[in-house]
Amino acid sequence: MIEIKNITKTYGEGDTAFQALKGVTFTVKEGEFIAIMGPSGSGKSTLMNILGCLDTPSSGSYVLDGSDVSKLTDDELAKIRSEKIGFVFQMFNLLKRTSVFRNVMLPLIYDEKIDETEREVRVLACLEAAGLQREFATHLSNELSGGQIQRVAIARALVNDPKIIFADEPTGNLDTKTGEIVLGTFQQLNRESGRTIVLITHEPDVAEHADRIITVRDGLIVSDSTSHARRDIYKRSHK
Amino acid sequence: MKTTDIVHETYTALSANRVRSSLTILGIVIGISSVIAMVSIGTGASNSISSSIQSLGSNLIQVMPGAARGGGFQAFGGRGGAKTLTQADADAIQTQVSNIAAIDPEVSGRYQVVAKGTNTNTSVVGVTSAYATIKNVQIDEGAFISDANNTSGAKVAVLGPTTRDDLFGVGTTGITGQMIRINGMEFKVIGVTVAKGGSGFTNQDDMIYIPVKTAQHYLSGDLYLTTIAIQAQTPQVMTQVQSDVTNLLLTRHKISDPTAADFSVINQNDILGAASSVTSTLTYLLAAIGGISLLVGGIGIMNMMLTTVTERTKEIGLRKAIGAKNKDISTQFLAEAVALTMIGGIIGIALGWLISYGVNITGLVKTSVSISSVLIAFGVSAAIGIVFGYYPAKRAASLNPIEALRYE
Repeated sequence: MIEIKNITKTYGEGDTAFQALKGVTFTVKEGEFIAIMGPSGSGKSTLMNILGCLDTPSSGSYVLDGSDVSKLTDDELAKIRSEKIGFVFQMFNLLKRTSVFRNVMLPLIYDEKIDETEREVRVLACLEAAGLQREFATHLSNELSGGQIQRVAIARALVNDPKIIFADEPTGNLDTKTGEIVLGTFQQLNRESGRTIVLITHEPDVAEHADRIITVRDGLIVSDSTSHARRDIYKRSHK
Repeated sequence: MKTTDIVHETYTALSANRVRSSLTILGIVIGISSVIAMVSIGTGASNSISSSIQSLGSNLIQVMPGAARGGGFQAFGGRGGAKTLTQADADAIQTQVSNIAAIDPEVSGRYQVVAKGTNTNTSVVGVTSAYATIKNVQIDEGAFISDANNTSGAKVAVLGPTTRDDLFGVGTTGITGQMIRINGMEFKVIGVTVAKGGSGFTNQDDMIYIPVKTAQHYLSGDLYLTTIAIQAQTPQVMTQVQSDVTNLLLTRHKISDPTAADFSVINQNDILGAASSVTSTLTYLLAAIGGISLLVGGIGIMNMMLTTVTERTKEIGLRKAIGAKNKDISTQFLAEAVALTMIGGIIGIALGWLISYGVNITGLVKTSVSISSVLIAFGVSAAIGIVFGYYPAKRAASLNPIEALRYE
């Protein structure tokens, strides 16, 4: 699904140049649930921006779903994001005073191939997949609680039927209990629907919900290991 | 993006900031409505001036004593006093110049007029029966000066409605047969003309018409004329008639240098041309004033759109992250700007029409809103939306999605 080789990213030029990524290589297979973990300034956000096709690497190659995306233009990247990628942000980023339905449907207005009926079917299905009842569709985004808002954001990330979902600190603005529920939703999406999920976080507790944890520090991968949660499942299934 | 989505997004965005959107629209409304109203007033004024010049008579050429010194304005000081045109000149013109429909020798002057103790000072014109045809004079009661009146040198007078009002009281009828005194001599009223309204240069309603022979004999006391009014047969022959008359009179007056002519021949079309160039300049001026307010309205649009783009930076970042292309973003913001100006344009056209209608009701100027000015106003308002919306839309589209998402 994701193959990156020797990715580097340098900001600025000359003396003020700053190398955020210093050569990162790894692969993610379809259906994996990985966490990219690291403290702030480690380069994990830069890595996510490149993986999420919001940015291009300074050097190295990135093959997403069989095609090289490391040298694409803005609009070509936008097309990849529209067709293959779903995002869930820390700040939720829902449109204010806009219905849940319209919020979830937003990515589809940038894909003209999908008609009205298809839109409705997808939005309602995605709300359910994100753990919300269909009735929420008519609510306005500002009438919802934090946990509900993040579920709407997850539904929005699912609506274009992406190959991969990126979640950038999805629990950062939620209390622990709500955070657990949201992380549970991600696990469910991964295990029941086989979605590939990349979770970016600085909290080890959160990262533990994934199957595999890649730790980044100072622009380099320092560890790439199977998480405890995964090991437990593995142990249980091999008893 | 589908058109329905663009419309939906535009509606949502504009209705989220109702007050701001309304104020911005108001700027365009004022601009468009002032352009429409002012152009309609200008056109109306121009029409009314042309029509009052036309009402002086059609295909009219006037010969006056005194020199016409080329272009530019000049004071016709003592023109009435210059005595160079005679009845013989008028007769010569009539017999020797072709394509003349009618010719009217005139003698005019201002005299004190008294009727039953009421006093007025007005212009008294000696005319022939041709005057009525040439100058479109219509008779309200009685009859106009006839050829017989002229042959006999009868002391009869036809009053303009304003003079009638001054002498006999407003709207008095049945005054034919009454006697008035002009310069101390008794004249019998034989008719009253229909009101024509002021022409801007002379008031044709405040006049007394008497036979030209009578005027020469009793009032001016000589055989000179103050004006020879000539009506050409068609508008096309006016230039020919004008130059033939000029040449004939130069020969008759034994003047070899045309610039030293002791008379001037004025073509009505020249007056009309001068007046319409003045009024069209006036219309442009009014349109320019409206245009400035439209420009200010357009800058208001740009200002609002720039504010909106800044406020919605995060939203733009999100839209880009979930797959919006640069074109999708710029289309959305451009659509908002165009929607503002289109709404403003439609309301502005309606308001401008209303103002023009209101001015019409006051009766000052008969305004007219042309379909072309409405279409131009509509096109201009759409163009303003595109021109002033383009920069903010471009700015929105060029935002980096990562930075936009992080924007607080």
